[in-house]
Amino acid sequence: MATITVDGQDIQIGDAERLNVIQAADRAGVAIPFYCWHPGLSVVASCRMCLVETGTKNKDTGEITMMPKLVPACQTPAKDGTVVVTNSEKVRANQNFVQEGILLDHPVDCPICDQAGECWLQDYYFNHGHQERRADVRPFTSKRREMGPHVTLFADRCVMCSRCVRFTREVSGGGELQIIDRGSHAEIDIFPGYPLDDKMSGNTNDICPVGALCSTDFLYEQRVWFMEPHDSVCTRCSTGCSVQFHVNNDQLYRIQPRYNPNVNDWWMCDLGRYENGHVRAPERIGSIKQRAADKFTDHLWPEGLKAIHEALAGVAAKSGGAKLAFVLSPYLTCEEAYLLASYARKTAPDTLLVLGKVPVVGQDEKFKSGFTVRAERCPNRRGVEEVIRHFQATIVDWAGLLTKLDAGELAGVYLTANYPDQWTDDAEAAKFERLSLLVVHDILPSALARKAHFIVPGAASVEKDGSYVNHAGLIQTGEWGIRPAEGGHVDGQSFSDLLGRKGLYQASGVLAELAGAVPFFARAADGVPEAGLNLVTGEEKRPRTTALGTVTHPLPTFRSIASEMLEVE
Amino acid sequence: MKPDDKQIKWVKEPKLGLSGRMYLGPLLDGLATTARHMLSTARGDGMTCQFPEERPKFGNPLIYRGVHRLNKDEQGRVKCVACFLCATACPAHCIDIIGTQSPWEDREKYPQSFVIDELRCIYCGMCEEACPVDAIELTALFDLTGASREEMIFDKEKLLSVYDATIEQEPMRSRQGAGGQGHSAS
Repeated sequence: MATITVDGQDIQIGDAERLNVIQAADRAGVAIPFYCWHPGLSVVASCRMCLVETGTKNKDTGEITMMPKLVPACQTPAKDGTVVVTNSEKVRANQNFVQEGILLDHPVDCPICDQAGECWLQDYYFNHGHQERRADVRPFTSKRREMGPHVTLFADRCVMCSRCVRFTREVSGGGELQIIDRGSHAEIDIFPGYPLDDKMSGNTNDICPVGALCSTDFLYEQRVWFMEPHDSVCTRCSTGCSVQFHVNNDQLYRIQPRYNPNVNDWWMCDLGRYENGHVRAPERIGSIKQRAADKFTDHLWPEGLKAIHEALAGVAAKSGGAKLAFVLSPYLTCEEAYLLASYARKTAPDTLLVLGKVPVVGQDEKFKSGFTVRAERCPNRRGVEEVIRHFQATIVDWAGLLTKLDAGELAGVYLTANYPDQWTDDAEAAKFERLSLLVVHDILPSALARKAHFIVPGAASVEKDGSYVNHAGLIQTGEWGIRPAEGGHVDGQSFSDLLGRKGLYQASGVLAELAGAVPFFARAADGVPEAGLNLVTGEEKRPRTTALGTVTHPLPTFRSIASEMLEVE
Repeated sequence: MKPDDKQIKWVKEPKLGLSGRMYLGPLLDGLATTARHMLSTARGDGMTCQFPEERPKFGNPLIYRGVHRLNKDEQGRVKCVACFLCATACPAHCIDIIGTQSPWEDREKYPQSFVIDELRCIYCGMCEEACPVDAIELTALFDLTGASREEMIFDKEKLLSVYDATIEQEPMRSRQGAGGQGHSAS
């Protein structure tokens, strides 16, 4: 164990840990301010904000020898006997000067800046800044420019930390961004004709400590302090990145990655981040509908589910359970799949369970850091497969279902979908025409839904609690952020009602039940930790819960500062 | 600002003296005020008036907290930069803003829609305090009436028209921060 002294306080760090002084001080509860350092990027030590006094302690004599000059904490490894002083007059003076230097040509347009409220410069100003301006230099301004389809640059707000430049070189690997010109005229820019348009461009907005890079899609949509974060899982591909949904007034405004060393580190792709138009699409299905000829009529929930239950039981009684199929979409959570499969078995012991269509788009796209956007565009194929395997010896996939339909082996189908994009076409829908009962459980109208005898509204991932198993067998749990679209219920509630269970659906309870029933999920019996749980290997890294290393900034936010002030009377 | 900031001055309630604790002095003080008001009413320059035939006189209409107005800049455009600080400060949650990119060269953001529910408002003046560009101000219009609830929900145009109606009697209180740029004051 190495012993490090931070502001007179001794802390121990493990021998295998390779921490810098910022991280070591964080363990001691001391926040060293920084702009350019990011745990996921290389060290440049260019912002000079983290300069501290360091020295070494002689183990035998206890004598401390300090370095004559300040050194960057981000670039100094914490090793046995390192002494760090972060609160001396010299260190504070440097922090003041750095803040003053940045603010010389930084426009104080916080009222109209989207970063306000989560801006590092703004927060550090309260802790390390000057109260008044000593120089009045007209700030250098440069009009806003588009860096790419999702990234807008406000060059005058940039503090030249070069995080975004290093990101495109080291993580996404595209190298689109660069610093042009020199000195006070330095600017972030792209090469003409080569915009920042890869699938990871949105991350540059997150890692920008100030308001220089802003998300074009989120620009002026909402002030950040109005939004509440909800931890969840991205459902756009089988990587299953840990994300945060930022919501307010039942609206999803923004999706940001959440640090998880087991899955996505600090990053996520633009697909998961921006493609969420389906959540509040005007055409969302909002109530249970029944078709008579070409006309759909709305049902109330209890009557609608009762009618569907009776219709399904009718088919099972008339044609036999083997002619009734339940299609479990890979967009369902594990809990929902378990409830629906249980219901299928309750309806008739020999019903057919089918794995829903698994959308595959192109090839896996792997970036320089190893971050991968997978071709399999659904969150939970593995989880649903394991649930089906528990109830049924073989897994019938979508192609298998179509073959059975062509052969006329089925009389009724309960089909869950919940795909965020259009997923089927008229040709596929025509195959379902001969069925005597088709129930489509989906969020958006489709060619298939028009052929259905019953339509049940589904819920998008941001609207429901539940767990997903990613490509590697890692189970992660997400919590709901907004309520389902008007008139809708969460899927788990619908299935729970169909099963005849009383009361509100609770995902955590169903997961415990699932873990008891299906051996594959046994490890999740006591719940799923924040960073997920690998159901196959049982191994996972548990990140230390510290704000350092996440994309969120390390200082108290606007809201917590305000509540702190209110508590002190 | 933190609670232990040197710039904060903490004030304590003063201790009552002997006469204060006997209540006699303050009681006489109060009676004297009543008597003074009775005399001034008899003279005809009292505190009460025959509203609505007679309009009340304000000591200083500039500090009265009545109906809101949205101020205009030199070019007649809305001064508001849609920063949402008024909506953040509002304890009644009666301000609803939709901000968007401005159509003007020299301004970045402006309110596409700015709606105040005058029935929900408690006229505390926090919005005026919070505004960094002095765009929202409370006027001395106090006798606001309407035939329906919808009529009392003021949109941007209506709030700007309050500005036109009151700017003669009540000039803008300051001229800081055009366009939300902190530096442009220089």
